[in-house]
Amino acid sequence: MRTLVLMAAAIAMSMALTGCENVTARVLDEGDQTQLQKRSYQSRVFDTADKQMTMRTVIATLQDLGFIIDKADLTLGTVSATKLKGYQLKMTVSVRPRGTTQMLVRANAQFGVKPVEDPKPYQDFFVSLGKAMFLTAQAVE
Amino acid sequence: MKKFVAVLVVVSLAGCVTVPSDALVVTPELLQRRQLEIRKYTGIKEADILAASANVLQDLGFNIEESETNLGVITANKERGGAGAGEIVAKVIVGVFTGIYIPWNKDQKIRVSLVVRPSLQAKAGDEYLVRVTFQRIVKSSNGATSMESLSEPELYTHFFDKLSKAVFIEGKTI
Repeated sequence: MRTLVLMAAAIAMSMALTGCENVTARVLDEGDQTQLQKRSYQSRVFDTADKQMTMRTVIATLQDLGFIIDKADLTLGTVSATKLKGYQLKMTVSVRPRGTTQMLVRANAQFGVKPVEDPKPYQDFFVSLGKAMFLTAQAVE
Repeated sequence: MKKFVAVLVVVSLAGCVTVPSDALVVTPELLQRRQLEIRKYTGIKEADILAASANVLQDLGFNIEESETNLGVITANKERGGAGAGEIVAKVIVGVFTGIYIPWNKDQKIRVSLVVRPSLQAKAGDEYLVRVTFQRIVKSSNGATSMESLSEPELYTHFFDKLSKAVFIEGKTI
């Protein structure tokens, strides 16, 4: 029993010291979630064919949320922004056409040095974006 | 012993930090910032207001970092000393007499993003909203870093005063 407890202590200690993952897992961000799970809470579809308008709205929404824009690229469809409020929250949002009548918006965020893997902040973001777009954010099917 | 293990397990799991619940929510406080950070300019072309904005940022000593004119985005930054010589001398003197080390702001990076977008109400397409946001990252002499959005109203009024003057001048040359 004592050996077991000691072993558990050693494992917990090594986890505390090394963080949650090894090098490969950190580079690839392989958490417990599958790629499909991540995509489903990080993406929404909007019924518009206007990429530029969608991107301008994404930028305005990020500004409303207290972010400052770091980079934006219309051709690539990406916007990166940072929020500093005692903490650092970085976000990259990409916009790309889905068929001829829709835009797919995908967001991923990093809090400090960790990826954000909780769906709630992404839901909050898409609620604000949907209001600003005057369109309903639809889940990706 | 068991308690110690339990604490360790909790620590190892808590290592995965969580985002503050209001991080991606538009709070009333954030809505108020719109008044501070946005101005409307009528009777001008988007390219002209962007060029004027870039000029004003340069006037204020910023280096342009990135720009995407198709989306009306300019980002710029500057790095400056955080404390005046007087502040450092005063804190060192206090330190010498009291033996207490008071860290001073060693250097700071000021970042700004400026976004121009067409006003939704405008029919003629000659009305634009300019939104500017400043952030500051300060490193103290004791190695601590603080990061914040700047909300001093004077900062924003000063910036927009300069931009309005620039637009007026350039407006005449069109």
